[in-house]
Amino acid sequence: MKLGVLFSGGKDSAYACWRAMQHEEVACLVSVLSRNEESYMFHTPNVRWVPLQAEASGIPLVQGETEGKQEEELADLQQVIRLAVERYGIEGVVTGALQSVYQASRIQRICADLALWCFNPLWHEDPHQYLEGLVSHGFRAVIAGVFSRPFDASWLGRELDRTTVRELEGIARTHRITLTGEGGEYETYILDAPFFRKRIVVQESESEFRHDRGVYRITRAALEEK
Amino acid sequence: MILIVDLCYREGSLSAFEFVKPVAGIVRGNEFPLQIRHRSRLTPQDLASAERIILCGTALRDSAFAGHPQTFAWIKRVRVPVLGICSGMQAMALAFGGSLTPSREIGMTEVRCTCPDPLLEGHGRFSAYEVHGAGVVPPPGFTVLAESDRCIQAIRHPDLPFYGILFHPEVRNEWVVERFLTLSWRIC
Repeated sequence: MKLGVLFSGGKDSAYACWRAMQHEEVACLVSVLSRNEESYMFHTPNVRWVPLQAEASGIPLVQGETEGKQEEELADLQQVIRLAVERYGIEGVVTGALQSVYQASRIQRICADLALWCFNPLWHEDPHQYLEGLVSHGFRAVIAGVFSRPFDASWLGRELDRTTVRELEGIARTHRITLTGEGGEYETYILDAPFFRKRIVVQESESEFRHDRGVYRITRAALEEK
Repeated sequence: MILIVDLCYREGSLSAFEFVKPVAGIVRGNEFPLQIRHRSRLTPQDLASAERIILCGTALRDSAFAGHPQTFAWIKRVRVPVLGICSGMQAMALAFGGSLTPSREIGMTEVRCTCPDPLLEGHGRFSAYEVHGAGVVPPPGFTVLAESDRCIQAIRHPDLPFYGILFHPEVRNEWVVERFLTLSWRIC
């Protein structure tokens, strides 16, 4: 079955893509560039670097844009998915939804309306096992944004390795955040994955942190051989 | 041993992560030994060693299981409690002579209990996650235990602890699976 993976550039969509590739044919990545940093549906930090990830993986990318207004952005997403159907003949869509009923049910509806299959291969994954698996299978992610206490500027650009996972587990226990960041507490950007043919090297970046919120913006990056 | 039956379009499918693994996680979390089998690979030994059986759901577009109702004829012969979830409920209904009717629900829906039963006792109304394109017309004699505005949400066999539920209890209503695992039933 030919599938399109909703790809935000973060760890969840990358892991879902990798899992989908082990079971079906991933024909393209589908990405929506939101102009609204508060987007309900689409992760925004560094989403403009998704084309570099597509190039690193050798998977075609279908990209669209949205103003990011609640519910209107769903129509924009539907339009981009329709484009992926036309260009690559996809029969289904894969998401990286872990626990979010809000996200999963909206994409289920879009797929139902377009007569497409919908797959959520990370659905209700154990958070600890998921992050451990991510690290042990060779995914390299950096923290691309923090949006809640107790995260501070030191987290921006930090690699999601075992040490970071252990610290996140401590914070999840003491501050009632989701360990995986699915509540929007933090966002990530993938630099390398088992299905990447090349890895991404960040050459320049800038961080901005104010009022318990911060983003790590990549300003220059390139691919290098693995 | 709890037998978990995978109804998805093929063994080892991408859908199993979404519809089988979370149910298995609840069973495992409650420290019950379990075995997962795809519907196409069930053996008489699997059924003979099962103390309870759970039939899992499938993706919205996956109705392959319904094309082979004879695959589920065994449900009428087993004498252990059975819980059919979503497509599992549909398979159970078909096995006992019920039918399917188009009815799409996606997302959180209010479920209202309509008949007292140990499985849902104490939860008169609750919010449940739905992903289905068809509801069931219950087989003759089955009791309707719960409904939503759109369709029947839970049914039970007239004499045996065979349950069908249309919503997905593995999302926000794990208590339904836990109760199914721990309630004691006497089957003559």
